[in-house]
Amino acid sequence: MPEKYPIETKPVPPRRPRVGRFGVVDWREDCARCHNCVKKACVYDRYRQEAEYVRTLEAVDALFFECMGCFSCVQNCTKGLLRLVVNPVYEALGNSYWTPDIIHTTWTQAETAKIPVSGAGYRGPFSGPGFDSMWTDMSEIVRPTRDGIHGREYISTAVDIGRKPAYLAFEDKSFRIDASCLSIQMPLILDLPSPRHTLPKLGPALREAAVRTDIIAMSGPSAWPFDREDIDRILPHTAFCLNPEQPVVPPQSLAKTRLVETYDGPDVADRIKRLKDKYPGIVVSVRVPLDANGVQRAIDLAVLAEVEVLHVVADLNGNQIGVEKPLFLKDMIRRIHTTLIEKGVRDEVTLIAGGGIALPEHMAKAIICGADLVSIDLPLMIALECHLCDHCKPGLPCPARLDDTPLDYAVGRMVNLIAAWHDQLIEVMGAMGMREVRRLRGDVGRAMFFEDLEEETFGKLFGKRK
Amino acid sequence: MASFSVKESDLRDILPANTLKTRVPQVQVERRIAPAPPRYRNEISKYIIRRNHDCIQCGKCAQLCPYGVHVRKPGYKYFCEPKSYHCVGPACEKTNHYCVAACPKAALQIVENPMMQVLGDYRWTADMLLATWMMAETGHVPPNEYGFNCHCGNSGGGFDKLRFKFPEKPSNGMSKDQIDTSIELNRRGDDRPQIRIDVPWYGGGMSFGSVSNVTQLSKARCAVAWNTFTCTGEGGYMERMRPYDDHVITQVATGLFGVREETIQRVPIVEFKYAQGAKPGLGGHLLGDKNTPAVARMREAVLGISLFSPFPFHSVYSIEDHMKHLDWIKHINRRALVSTKVSTPTDVDMVAVGSYAAGTHIIHIDGGYGGTGASPDIAKKNIAMPIEYAIGKVHGFLKAEGVRDKVTLMASGGVRTVHDVAKAIALGADGVIIGTSELVSLGCVRCSRCESGRGCPRGIATTDPELSGKMDLAWGTQRMINMYNAWREELVDILWRFGMRSISELRGRTDLLTHLDYTNDVEQ
Repeated sequence: MPEKYPIETKPVPPRRPRVGRFGVVDWREDCARCHNCVKKACVYDRYRQEAEYVRTLEAVDALFFECMGCFSCVQNCTKGLLRLVVNPVYEALGNSYWTPDIIHTTWTQAETAKIPVSGAGYRGPFSGPGFDSMWTDMSEIVRPTRDGIHGREYISTAVDIGRKPAYLAFEDKSFRIDASCLSIQMPLILDLPSPRHTLPKLGPALREAAVRTDIIAMSGPSAWPFDREDIDRILPHTAFCLNPEQPVVPPQSLAKTRLVETYDGPDVADRIKRLKDKYPGIVVSVRVPLDANGVQRAIDLAVLAEVEVLHVVADLNGNQIGVEKPLFLKDMIRRIHTTLIEKGVRDEVTLIAGGGIALPEHMAKAIICGADLVSIDLPLMIALECHLCDHCKPGLPCPARLDDTPLDYAVGRMVNLIAAWHDQLIEVMGAMGMREVRRLRGDVGRAMFFEDLEEETFGKLFGKRK
Repeated sequence: MASFSVKESDLRDILPANTLKTRVPQVQVERRIAPAPPRYRNEISKYIIRRNHDCIQCGKCAQLCPYGVHVRKPGYKYFCEPKSYHCVGPACEKTNHYCVAACPKAALQIVENPMMQVLGDYRWTADMLLATWMMAETGHVPPNEYGFNCHCGNSGGGFDKLRFKFPEKPSNGMSKDQIDTSIELNRRGDDRPQIRIDVPWYGGGMSFGSVSNVTQLSKARCAVAWNTFTCTGEGGYMERMRPYDDHVITQVATGLFGVREETIQRVPIVEFKYAQGAKPGLGGHLLGDKNTPAVARMREAVLGISLFSPFPFHSVYSIEDHMKHLDWIKHINRRALVSTKVSTPTDVDMVAVGSYAAGTHIIHIDGGYGGTGASPDIAKKNIAMPIEYAIGKVHGFLKAEGVRDKVTLMASGGVRTVHDVAKAIALGADGVIIGTSELVSLGCVRCSRCESGRGCPRGIATTDPELSGKMDLAWGTQRMINMYNAWREELVDILWRFGMRSISELRGRTDLLTHLDYTNDVEQ
């Protein structure tokens, strides 16, 4: 049995008032004064909580929106004075990709570290674009589990980054340890915050969260030197993104890291070679933006002997960058993955995919499509109660007060989110009967795609899809 | 219609003495349609009628309105608050009974209810909820003038994109009374009883623990009235269910909670649950708050802790293992039909054929978008395929293997309306299993809070005594009986429009369907 991967969590309440989906509108002027007030009978005691909330309010900048939407008060009021409405602030959260529901569930997970659970079945659309156009498979009687009988505690979510030895080799009558590969406990790295959301206090929180969850956080070299941080603890969980325009991290510090990321360019192979010569054992990743040429560029890089890790990054919504009819991340990953298999080099490179990974199922689905692991940025911002309102400029008011984020709070929320994602990954892997996330990579047999199912089921009955 | 009755003399031959001794007299419930008004003071409505202070209580509106919106109780001077949920809204404008125009003091106003934006979701639209409530109240499908778009949801795929191609006129002069909606559950031709149910659906498993006593008993009583079935779910067999034994399916699920020899012996059908649509690939999960003393006692578990059922059956890893379990059930209960409930993985067709080979009578496939209980959001949306894909796949494979007529295929998971029932049957199922729509008939608003704290705030899916006390058994039974009647009437109408005498004629008739997203130019 592999060593367990515990993430210590504790609830971290939000700093700002919660933004819920529902609000109750109250037409007081027609009240019958019947003294049977349904507000007292609220199953969730929300009206009393609201009164307390209003009493303790320092500034009237956020209303109380914790109604659970059960309609009981609305339907029982003697005079029918109450109406349930959707909170306009809730509807304004995020954008068409980062929907209010995604933001809300991320907030809850960052607060509680628990898997979101609800009743009454699925409420959403049949399918959708992007990751919503695929379903993960599950096991049934005739193929109970692909990896044999096991409980969830046996499921490993560890992944390797770098070039794994293709075969066993011996040196001086013992195994030769190839050090050009590192392992982390979850198929996830914390990417640099998008330039729009870069805030000075986030760096230390990201790095600490990576340490506590035993994964890796990316860091820009401009963040160096780290302030009041335990360097020896932090550096193994930090990956610097080296950029020619920014100052260079001192070699003795860089040597303590396990992964480093470099920009793409014509001389990338030389740069990788130089880095590896200087820092033996370090794994070098190449960041490839998924623009019009991104997919082809990733494939071209993967066949170079020097390239061992590719970090392909789509835009924040998972789309190809700067293209009129963009491909979605999942399709780009599939294309890269299958081409690398055809070229016989898939196992020579690790593929990290980022951009548009918004929910834990996206992590599992991206891996099924062919990524080894994923990188996330915005979910970590949302964990800190970000509304994704795009006002992140000095001087503009931030509804989440992100410029004033206490370290403990930020780390706690990020760790909770990562723990909840980990638990959900275990859920889907358990359902799939998979014991190793490494074995999930590219295993499209563990998924069903909308286009295939439609063609198989309705295509033959109803002709061509319009 | 005659119920399949179990003769005590037959039972004497096959039931062990101890089980026979504990058998209680079976209750009969009349299939009677009666009004079952909503239990809340202000039923949610599509339109709101406002009566202002200019009203002189002349009663003109009450005289005109054929829908009963305006009510003055005998002996009262003033009118009650208008029953807005009976109002058909703007459709009334062109008629001669439009109260707003007729009011001599212009004291009435019709406005759209802003809560329509809040009610419902992609799968269960507000119209669908309102229509189901109305069916449960009246026992009939709401008339067209209500304008409910209640046959399809708004999910943008599957059932919501399928439509029937009705002929302009029914092809023969058949009377609706001649139409048969019953289906046979035992097609194996073995020595087990032939069981026919009067409607091509039965109630899905909802355990005691996840839903209240009243909910479970209402389901059971409705099943008796309609000569169909309800299922215990995983939580065990309440003593109070025993007068309905002949219409109960005992579920044997992976946690084996509440499964005992006599609960298997009491019933005509035993269901093996491998997986369920709401959380395919995961076991059942009863949250700690719902594990009350009564639930803990029945499940033989520790009070207040969350109860997880494993996934899968850890004693079933092959069709041979599955067969061993079915044999075990068949041996313990010599009159039982066996149903196998599985979810919808990519190889669901193989599972179905394997299950048939193992000796099952009913294959129950439960698609990913259904479910009534609490389950992880990640599982509801992402694991296993929607039922619309699975039905055709299984039906086709069973046909190709030459065993389609030897087994009953029941589908569930996202069947919300009787049109979904008919579409599922046209895709290849024999019948369906319903759950959420039964709860909606009891007033569920699909707030999804089944799992929170004390459970359902509407008193349906909770074991909290105060909350579950909000509902009365006679009312609950009547609401369900009414909804079943409305569904059957609509189903009969569908069959009548196609000129079919029996629901079995509709099975697999995909040629009668069109899909809005397709060119529909394939010759079938």
